[in-house]
Amino acid sequence: MKSINEIQPSRRAFLGLTLGGLATAAAVRPASAQRVQTKARIVIIGAGAAGTSLANRLVGRLDGAEITILDPSTEHLYQPGLSLVAAGLKPASYTQSNTADWLSKGITLIPEAAAAIDPVAKTVSTSGAQTFAYDFLVVAPGLVLDHDAIEGFSLDLVGTNGIGALYPGAQYAAKTWEAASKFTEDGGVGIFTRPATEMKCAGAPLKHAFLIEDIATRTAGAGKHEMHYASNNNSLFGLPIVSEKVRMLFEDRGITPQYSHVLKAIEPGRKIATFATPEGDTEMGYDYLHVISPQRAPDVVRQSGLSWADKWTDQGWVEVDQQTLRHLRYPEVFALGDVAGVPKGKTAASVKWQVPVVEDHLIAAIEGREGNAVYDGYTSCPLMTRVGRAMLVEFDYHNNLTPSFPGIIAPLEELWISWLMEEVALKATYNAMLRGKA
Amino acid sequence: MEQLTPETLIAVFEEIFGRVLFWVMVAAAVVVTLAFLYVLIRDRSMSMRKFLLSQLSMPFGAVAAVIFVLAMTHSQLRDMGGAIDVIVLLGIAAMGAVGIAIFVYTAQSLLRGKPDES
Repeated sequence: MKSINEIQPSRRAFLGLTLGGLATAAAVRPASAQRVQTKARIVIIGAGAAGTSLANRLVGRLDGAEITILDPSTEHLYQPGLSLVAAGLKPASYTQSNTADWLSKGITLIPEAAAAIDPVAKTVSTSGAQTFAYDFLVVAPGLVLDHDAIEGFSLDLVGTNGIGALYPGAQYAAKTWEAASKFTEDGGVGIFTRPATEMKCAGAPLKHAFLIEDIATRTAGAGKHEMHYASNNNSLFGLPIVSEKVRMLFEDRGITPQYSHVLKAIEPGRKIATFATPEGDTEMGYDYLHVISPQRAPDVVRQSGLSWADKWTDQGWVEVDQQTLRHLRYPEVFALGDVAGVPKGKTAASVKWQVPVVEDHLIAAIEGREGNAVYDGYTSCPLMTRVGRAMLVEFDYHNNLTPSFPGIIAPLEELWISWLMEEVALKATYNAMLRGKA
Repeated sequence: MEQLTPETLIAVFEEIFGRVLFWVMVAAAVVVTLAFLYVLIRDRSMSMRKFLLSQLSMPFGAVAAVIFVLAMTHSQLRDMGGAIDVIVLLGIAAMGAVGIAIFVYTAQSLLRGKPDES
């Protein structure tokens, strides 16, 4: 036997080592799970983050299923990026891609909107007068912004007269930056609002306020801007511990909280915003106003009888079990994403955790057994507090913080690494999720 | 984060850099590493002269890597907020330093040929 000293490096040994390494790498590729044979007809309403991700995962798990996804929009919108676009950090195109490009083979995309859902007859009819019968229905059309609820406001105002609104889409986020950048340069009074309804990513209004304050202070210098954050109730964020932290940061940054101030009307010409408060209406002048309209389930959902009858009656979110996202009255119906009637949970991070749960229960139903996956309300929000810093806030239904990296990334600390996650890793993770890989 | 498997990580990196650029970068890293091992085996020894030059290049690699990452992410050194940030920054600097050291050593060895020929 050779001693260790006799083993000499040689080209042959080197080659052998390389080939051995490659062979090992090839051998340890994960085997794909057995696909379930089925003829189930699955209709998914909405090809956003939730619908696309679920459809792609189902294709990998089911063999023979008829998966139909309805969405009239040819454009897929990476919504977490809108805050970056509205702060001038990314172009509008950063958030835009083609809906069809994300869908695997084996999924039928119908470029039409759902016009009516009949959960008793188990059919969905479309704006193009097609009707699809289903065995399982996944309702994931997102939400609608009720701009008419704010008197004097319309989308064509965005970008003019100091009015911003980053929620309605990529071009509006870009126009928001036009208005906001003028404010950062010229100074004046900035007011940042949020609606009184449930809303998509309750951190986004805070992020916009923080980022614009940071850019304003760097651009024009301190003391030229007066900034207000109009909150819909007596807190700044749904999670008490985060709300307190934001209150301290606002104090430090000179952003004045205006509690229980809900935007109800604007006069763009005079630059006056009217807020409903417990003491009656109050007017505030502004040089920059960020508007987020009230948010509701789409009409097709509200008219289908799938909504909660005793909760959120002005908003119409789907009546689902908050742990399985399965409809409480129609077990073959699930809801995902913004439209689901669960507390919190209107973020892409929630979707990432909701989709595997619905996948589990749907496949279990096809196989005639009970699923066991549970969604516990996980939501996360890289709450950007400066250009270059963020707090990685993660929490669940119980208002508990659920840090993914305890002891390494502190949830209430403003960190560069959390910013890196938002700026670099978030879209990558999101896209991997869309493809059903994360 | 749920299901942080190697496959997920690769998917994430593919998304950050784009599939083509990511695999080109991986290939470049593999080629430089293999070339480095090749010259080590070919020469049967480390050349301290070449190693000195590659060590001298290390600070430049470290600084370049940090500047690259800060520029790519709209960040500045003032954004370092906690211990983990400093660790990540040092990690990026270390990777830049080691990467350029291996590259410089390998490049010298390949360009100048075997020690007995030079």
